[in-house]
Amino acid sequence: MNAPLNTEQWLRVCTVEDIPRLGSRVVERDAGNIAVFRTASDSVFALLDRCPHKAGPLSQGIVHGETVTCPLHSWNIDLTSGEARAPDVGCARRYPVRVENGEVFLALASP
Amino acid sequence: MKKPKLVVVGNGMAGIRTVEELLTLAPDLYEITVFGAEPHPNYNRILLSPVLAGEQEFKDIVLNPLSWYAENGIRLHLGKSVARIDRHRRTVVANDGTEEPYDRLLLATGSMPFILPVPGKDLKGVISYRDIYDTETMIATAKAKKHAVVIGGGLLGLEAANGLKIRGMDVTVVHLGEWLLDKQLDVTAGQLLQTSLEERGLSFLLQKQTAELVGNDAGEVTAVRFKDGDEVAADLVVMAVGIRPNTALAESAGLHCNRGIVVSDALQTFDPRIYAVGECVSHRGVAYGLVAPLFEQAKVCANHLAQLGIGQYKGSVLSTKLKVTGIDLFSAGDFMGGEGTEDIVLSDPAGGVYKKLVIKDDQLVGACLYGDTADGAWYFKLLREGRKIADLRDHIMFGESAIGDAGVQGQSRAGAMQDSDEVCGCNGVCKGTIVKAIKEKGLFTVDDVKKHTKAASSCGSCTGLVEQILMNTLGSSFQETPKTKAVCGCTDHNHGEVRKAIREHHLTSHKAVYDFLEWRTPNGCATCRPAVNYYLISTWPKEAVDDPQSRFVNERVHANIQKDGTFSVIPQMKGGVTNSSELRRIADVADKYHVPMVKVTGGQRIDLLGVKKEDLVSVWKDLGMQSGHAYGKSIRTVKTCVGSEFCRFGTQNSTQMGIDLETMLANMWSPHKVKLAVSGCPRNCAESGIKDVGVIAVDSGWELYVGGNGGIKTEVAQFLCKVKTGDEVKEYTGAFLQLYREEAYYLDRTVHYIARVGLDYIKQKVVDDAANRKALYERLLYSLEGLPDPWAARIAGVQKNEYIPIRLVTAGEPA
Repeated sequence: MNAPLNTEQWLRVCTVEDIPRLGSRVVERDAGNIAVFRTASDSVFALLDRCPHKAGPLSQGIVHGETVTCPLHSWNIDLTSGEARAPDVGCARRYPVRVENGEVFLALASP
Repeated sequence: MKKPKLVVVGNGMAGIRTVEELLTLAPDLYEITVFGAEPHPNYNRILLSPVLAGEQEFKDIVLNPLSWYAENGIRLHLGKSVARIDRHRRTVVANDGTEEPYDRLLLATGSMPFILPVPGKDLKGVISYRDIYDTETMIATAKAKKHAVVIGGGLLGLEAANGLKIRGMDVTVVHLGEWLLDKQLDVTAGQLLQTSLEERGLSFLLQKQTAELVGNDAGEVTAVRFKDGDEVAADLVVMAVGIRPNTALAESAGLHCNRGIVVSDALQTFDPRIYAVGECVSHRGVAYGLVAPLFEQAKVCANHLAQLGIGQYKGSVLSTKLKVTGIDLFSAGDFMGGEGTEDIVLSDPAGGVYKKLVIKDDQLVGACLYGDTADGAWYFKLLREGRKIADLRDHIMFGESAIGDAGVQGQSRAGAMQDSDEVCGCNGVCKGTIVKAIKEKGLFTVDDVKKHTKAASSCGSCTGLVEQILMNTLGSSFQETPKTKAVCGCTDHNHGEVRKAIREHHLTSHKAVYDFLEWRTPNGCATCRPAVNYYLISTWPKEAVDDPQSRFVNERVHANIQKDGTFSVIPQMKGGVTNSSELRRIADVADKYHVPMVKVTGGQRIDLLGVKKEDLVSVWKDLGMQSGHAYGKSIRTVKTCVGSEFCRFGTQNSTQMGIDLETMLANMWSPHKVKLAVSGCPRNCAESGIKDVGVIAVDSGWELYVGGNGGIKTEVAQFLCKVKTGDEVKEYTGAFLQLYREEAYYLDRTVHYIARVGLDYIKQKVVDDAANRKALYERLLYSLEGLPDPWAARIAGVQKNEYIPIRLVTAGEPA
């Protein structure tokens, strides 16, 4: 697991309601955009918005179960781990997410 | 709760394939135990011949390494054959006393080689050709001894003979029949094969019946003696005279057997707790000895073991191929012909090519090919589909390429391709890569190849070629992609069934569909959700709610995503007609938003490429034009020529006709993209011949063509009918497109839809039946009525969040 995080590093980004169910929002950032996904059961996940295949924006993909399908070449990426589903191999960076009272917080520790 | 126990007797291709299918359907349903009599994990028995011939090693043909069993929590008893089944106590007992209880039992005991009941059959050096042990015995014998006799000139016998010859032995093949492979080839092809094998140094004794195997004092075989008194020297005798279903275990347990364990269409034996698959089975009186049918059985059996209960095995049509490098032969179906059949034959004995097609009632029922088998897969497909071939008859003998159905660059001859030749132009996959993946990863279907190599996974135009490579590589174990396959891994239902359920049960939401049809996933996947979404909104317009999250990004965002994540914007330009004020606004937008490229499209419009997603709504607003729908499975453009207004040849106002059609069809979603064209005269400058609906003006009215396609594979549109007035053009076009919208499967273009239902059917529904045509046309107008222009709607605020990124306002963000 990740090292314990200092609470100051948690950043509020939006409310859960701001993200469509089975959809995503993009958090803009100089160090690379982050895609924040919401599943049908209201779990929220965050990945670097770059498919490990050809850097497609994962935020624009179709979300199903706990998977997003990249819009460029249909790689399936596991939202919980960032890993591509077999037989593809690769990993999109994952960011810890916390949801409190309907507010979404991201931990943006330095890479 | 304790899991029920599934015990599998037989660790071969049929049994393990069933387990694999079961694991994908219901991974955690059973506690699984497998018994295998051989001391090896599951290997690819059909590749024993390449091992014998020295082209592959045993490790290359292992399909499931021991780690696979461990990873899937399967208890594996290797080297233990099951001695009896106690059906009363529901246990099986192995020869070493190992006992395992079962709730469900799967018998996959395979077959036994048939051993001729002649004197001397038990001598040393007399073997069959069935498993890796036999293969290794042959390899070892070839190192020490000289004379080999193979009894049986069938597929297995010839492959054994070829391998032993390569290993350095003098090989004689003894065959009872008049010609080689008399179950797979007709006499001409059999003789061509014999000549070719003789050139490789094999000897043949045909119509010879074995009387006795002669041995020396050490109990080793020394010769084969025939009924007619002749004798031939032999240090090794391989019996390859056929196989018998291995039913001993089942029979001793009192299961009904009749030349195989008798099973139902669900692969269930007479004991409902016991299933059986593979070569040990007799289904509708047939026992199969090739691998493709076994895999079909495995799929159905797994479906029932997974308690889904909807699969049905109805028997298989077989094709064969000899796995002897350098010899191409193929046969399928009733290749001998007979009463009521016609033959088309091409015979070039000097060139070593022979082809025979057997036709009955305008359908291909059999094929026998020697020397050039590139079209085997295609003939096999025609045969299985039972398609009427009257329209192909002139060219059918010359193969798929002769009917212009060859895919990109006319390359249909997978066999002739080099390993370095590119097969999939989209993903840059070469033939060698595909062949390697098929062999090393044990792939059997086009879908497997797509997943592992990416070949044929983008535009799909090389699918036929990939199918051929599979066929050439696998031979008889090739499995054709079923015609009516499931929508995706989330369900076993095919597109037709999903459409039907939505229509007949009035399903109007995604959840209703997934619940009613018992989807395996809670909310589908990226393959089925867009399809279901389309079926919902096309079946229940104004009732079903269009779900943006079930649409591919382009249709959700109403722009076309590019490789760098920017979008392209193509405003509507009806009939390709624009004016100075639109052009000025387009130019201003290009400047204001620093659009990197402005390009004229093939559909007579202007494309602004490289627009950022967050700018889309303001770009649309500044353009003040409507969406061109250049991004969707929807109406695209209506291409026109200038027509009678300006052109000296024009017979009608084709430009206005195009504008009228595009106005009528605005905002129309469809199974796939829909392109139209209207030409003002038969010179056809608007290229109406390659459009989904092509309209060509003639002096006396308009000709309508349907099902053309200029993309992946060029397809010429077929003539539908001729009409007089512009209103009729709209009505017929609208009716045809509505029929397509209501009945086609998602991602089928009009050409695919027409190929499925036939042009006659379209004519009957749209041309002949005026009432039906009007009803279709009205349903189209009803579903389009009131649909807003998507760009205007978003300018007004629909789905606002989609376009606005979240900006982090906090300073000092560590990353």
